[in-house]
Amino acid sequence: MRFLKSIFAGFSDKTKGLSEKGILVFRHTSEVIRAESLLKEQGLDVLVKGPPPEIQTGCDMVIEFPLIIQLQVLDILEKGRVEPIQVITVQDHLLEPVSLYNVKDFGEYLMVRAANMKITVNKDTLEIVNVSGGGCPDVPFLAEQMVGRNLLQAPEPRSLGQTLCGYSLQLAYEEMKRRCRG
Amino acid sequence: MSWLIVGTVPDEDFPLVRGRIRIDRDFLEIGQHQIKIARGTPALAATACMAASVLGIEPPEALLVGDTGKGSGSRKLYAHLVEAMPDLELAGITFHYLLPDVYWHNQVLWAAQKKSRQPLLVADAGFMYVAKMSGFAADYDLFTPDIGEMCFLADETAPHPFYTRGFLLEDESRVEEYISRAYSEKNAARHLMVKGAKDYIVQDQVILSTVSEPSIEAMEAIGGTGDSLTGIITANLMAGYEIPAACHKAALSNRYLGLLARPSPAFSVADLLPFLEQSIKLGNPR
Repeated sequence: MRFLKSIFAGFSDKTKGLSEKGILVFRHTSEVIRAESLLKEQGLDVLVKGPPPEIQTGCDMVIEFPLIIQLQVLDILEKGRVEPIQVITVQDHLLEPVSLYNVKDFGEYLMVRAANMKITVNKDTLEIVNVSGGGCPDVPFLAEQMVGRNLLQAPEPRSLGQTLCGYSLQLAYEEMKRRCRG
Repeated sequence: MSWLIVGTVPDEDFPLVRGRIRIDRDFLEIGQHQIKIARGTPALAATACMAASVLGIEPPEALLVGDTGKGSGSRKLYAHLVEAMPDLELAGITFHYLLPDVYWHNQVLWAAQKKSRQPLLVADAGFMYVAKMSGFAADYDLFTPDIGEMCFLADETAPHPFYTRGFLLEDESRVEEYISRAYSEKNAARHLMVKGAKDYIVQDQVILSTVSEPSIEAMEAIGGTGDSLTGIITANLMAGYEIPAACHKAALSNRYLGLLARPSPAFSVADLLPFLEQSIKLGNPR
């Protein structure tokens, strides 16, 4: 078995497992071209491809990108003022991001979880007292930047994060702000 | 034979370093470098180092690099590990916060599997994500998911916990169903340590034991308590315990850590570590 793996080591990653790619869908071809330029200028590994038949957009091109850096990709596109109408996974076009929040009230503290990320805030002072969960390397960095800061003054996760974990934290952060503002 | 902890620290300027780790008050030391023990891989490594000391064994080694999510540090680490693997004499490797990258994951896994004495492979955090994504989850000895990550393992199409499908809700009463589903799709390691209100220790789909007491609710909110658990498991494996026993004892110890520290949700994992020695002893009754 190991012998076979070593023989096929060059390409067996293409024959096993899930695709790690995502697709950016735009309204117009011109937006695809602009987005591709912006992302390539930042050194990102993206490709323009034809859309899968399930996606009906009117635009005949999509951009394939490494899904894990979704937050970084969206940040670049937002700054470049070209935003996709849809972000989906190559693996299953019906997959959509988690949209349910899990909220836990500890009395003095409130915790909101979105997907695999949690943020906890002191309800009186709005100090962010903890960020936990996740697995991508921007999580400890984001925690370092946010913990101890006021919820309304802390940097948003999307301004510093790069990955899907950072994106999950952004959603949890937004939900926490919505709840704390009443 | 040594044990290697592999992961990242949240500082882009931190170089790639490999060596025996030490603790100096609130800092983890490796070579000439110091890192604050706050959360993430430094918290895992510090816990493993301190727990090893309590168990009377040598501390583990670590391979660390700076990465704040851009991935260049992770890729540098992956490449180094593939190159160094043939010369490493390792009883086991604990993989932690790394940017998921299927190509490099596969190179690392195959390099480890080429060794005449294959190390035990433990995966947590980002490396567990990519191990599942690669389709080689079953080649691992242990994964340590929480409930959200267990749903991700159970969803055969999800490439990341963010895209876990909505019908797999984070419902702790359905953990057994998620475990079964993850194994049936070959998306689980040989052993699972599922962290939650009740911890599940699983071997080849069979739930061997559960741990639910003592129960300290605030631990769920504290960043790094999953890292401390994986650190204690690592130390127990280094001490020679079989995987199920190492997990069961670590689950108990991590819960005693909470019981002794009496934390609020505002505690950091560093606030818990002064209680580690006693909690390890309580989790390892003679």
